[in-house]
Amino acid sequence: MLPRSAETPRGAHPALAGAPHLDPLRTVPFRVSALHGDNDDTFTLELTPPPGHDVAPFEPGQFNMLYVFGVGEVPISISGDPDRPEVLVHTTREVGAVTRAMRRLQTGDAIGVRGPYGTSWPVGAAEGRDVVLIAGGIGLPPLRPALYHVLARRERYGRVMLLYGARTPEDLMFPNELAEWRSHFDLEVHVTVDRATGSWRGNVGVVTPIVKRAPIDPRRTVAMVCGPEVMIRFACEELARRGVSPQDTFVSLERNMKCAVGLCGHCQLGPHLVCRDGPVFPFDQVERLLDHGEV
Amino acid sequence: MAVRRLEAAALDALFGALRRRGYTLVGHTLHDGAIVYDELGGADELPIGWTEVQDAGHYRVVRRDDAARFGYTVGPHAWKRFLHPPALRLWRAERDADGGFELLDEPHETPRYAFIGVRPCDIKAIGIQDRVFMGGAHVDLDYQARRAAAFVVAVHCTEPGGTCFCASMGTGPRANAGFDLALTEVPPPGGRGDPSYLLEVGSERGGELLAELGGRPARDDEIAEGDRRLTEAAGRMGRTLDTHGLVEALRRSLDNSRWEEPAARCLACGNCTLACPTCFCNTVEDTTDLTGAFAERTRRWDSCFTLDLSYIHGGPVRTSMKSRYRQWATHKLATWQEQFGTSGCVGCGRCITWCPAAIDLTEEVAVIAASAQARATRRQARVTQPVAGGKEAGDAA
Repeated sequence: MLPRSAETPRGAHPALAGAPHLDPLRTVPFRVSALHGDNDDTFTLELTPPPGHDVAPFEPGQFNMLYVFGVGEVPISISGDPDRPEVLVHTTREVGAVTRAMRRLQTGDAIGVRGPYGTSWPVGAAEGRDVVLIAGGIGLPPLRPALYHVLARRERYGRVMLLYGARTPEDLMFPNELAEWRSHFDLEVHVTVDRATGSWRGNVGVVTPIVKRAPIDPRRTVAMVCGPEVMIRFACEELARRGVSPQDTFVSLERNMKCAVGLCGHCQLGPHLVCRDGPVFPFDQVERLLDHGEV
Repeated sequence: MAVRRLEAAALDALFGALRRRGYTLVGHTLHDGAIVYDELGGADELPIGWTEVQDAGHYRVVRRDDAARFGYTVGPHAWKRFLHPPALRLWRAERDADGGFELLDEPHETPRYAFIGVRPCDIKAIGIQDRVFMGGAHVDLDYQARRAAAFVVAVHCTEPGGTCFCASMGTGPRANAGFDLALTEVPPPGGRGDPSYLLEVGSERGGELLAELGGRPARDDEIAEGDRRLTEAAGRMGRTLDTHGLVEALRRSLDNSRWEEPAARCLACGNCTLACPTCFCNTVEDTTDLTGAFAERTRRWDSCFTLDLSYIHGGPVRTSMKSRYRQWATHKLATWQEQFGTSGCVGCGRCITWCPAAIDLTEEVAVIAASAQARATRRQARVTQPVAGGKEAGDAA
């Protein structure tokens, strides 16, 4: 079992480096320096801070609250490289009024940023172990910072695996990077799609059978899982069947958040405030709650 | 500090002393058939000679046959409306010419309230909200400023109401801390005429007012009389709740089908959460003016009985009425402990009185807890009793 270390901090960081006195509910207007569509309904934003501010360093798995002027504010995981904090990168899907408005932003437009908030993937505690990243659909962007972190310190880890499932080949996130990652001899990438289209000749099916077949050594493995909640539960069930302990399995959960600093009550999951105690949880802390549903 | 004895006229002196120090006085007053909290001009605006009759889904103000100033318990309002207002603008922003925006610095003055007649349960409730809004890594700065400025005049409870259960929750009927001054109202001998008051000082700034209030040191028999009334009050609660093992029982009761019962009656109106002195859930609204040049963000009270509270893309997490009632009751009495290190319930009874469907938290939770304990006992029995043939029962878990 992993030590529950400083890597999963309770509470979080000041909105901006060097300004801990700021009201936690005030947003800071960053600028969009780049915006591109990833696939049909997903897109990536690169943001730069206003003059005189630095981007606060973040841990893989943390999120920011992003605000579109007059429309609203939503929690979105950071998908960029934690070793390059000067570019703040977020990847998300268009699912509501705020993310729709976000996609319509132009380079140079302002977007409010608060954060980073929440707990992070246990990349430090996983040193010396095998790392198994399991992502479903839009669950890959929140895991990408952990993969960047691990690849930049590859010698500190055992086997590293990325198991990734999406609905169709067109829904795969970061296809160019996936191809690049597959070219690493020390990184195993297994990709599957629920439904093959066009010229797809790869795996077809959900991610669970991939977990079943992957060369996982349960005693050495730290698993990090992100995706739709139902996929998380099936993947974790399969990991448990393979002998990976729920204490060594980490999941990132999603709930409604208004404040992201433990003051609004929206993101409750039983005893947890997901913004404060999550979004990354050791699976044993949330397994029972997810089993019950509607908690 | 020694207890002092004051005449009823000292209330006027108290109001004057607080007003001279710049406080806005807020206290109980009769309005639209209920005893609510509002700004008070003087002690004569208190509901003198009034009381309430409270039961599940039932509230009526009725005349008393004396001139008690504090002869009632708690009504539909809670003090949170002054410390964590129902609607509060968090900030305004202005768009600039090149697609950017800036948050505007607005002059902000923190109101300085003196709360008159805060009941022990409500003092505890304020303490609970202190932990929610100021106890974590991030502090609600507006709450913190209002709280630091507020002066609290407590009134211990000598006459509990029909839905009160503070004695069960260990929050009353006497307040032990959390006030600047505390009063115990003592009726006059024979019941005719004005009551008198026992006064305790709870803080330095409370003590500074003493010279302006008159009165004299209370005699031992007067103090004993006040104590007797408070002890007696603890035995006359309209409701009780057995909290022994309750947190654990609720934690084990997520799948209890008994939640269906209150859920079938619940209207999801949110009255309980609005009346509750500790419920803190809030949401934000983002709006612009007609020109689109100005935007603002307003924080409003929210309720876990709405579908919106748990809405994420694809739908709400808590869709069924059962899950929302279970969330509210379980949060209040159990998971609040893990989140903030305290229970979220103070036994004030507001949620019972103001529920239009007369759902009684103490009753529902008692049934749930009893069935959880019965299940645990059955499980225990299966583990310890050998089955016929001498084999241990295998299905114990």
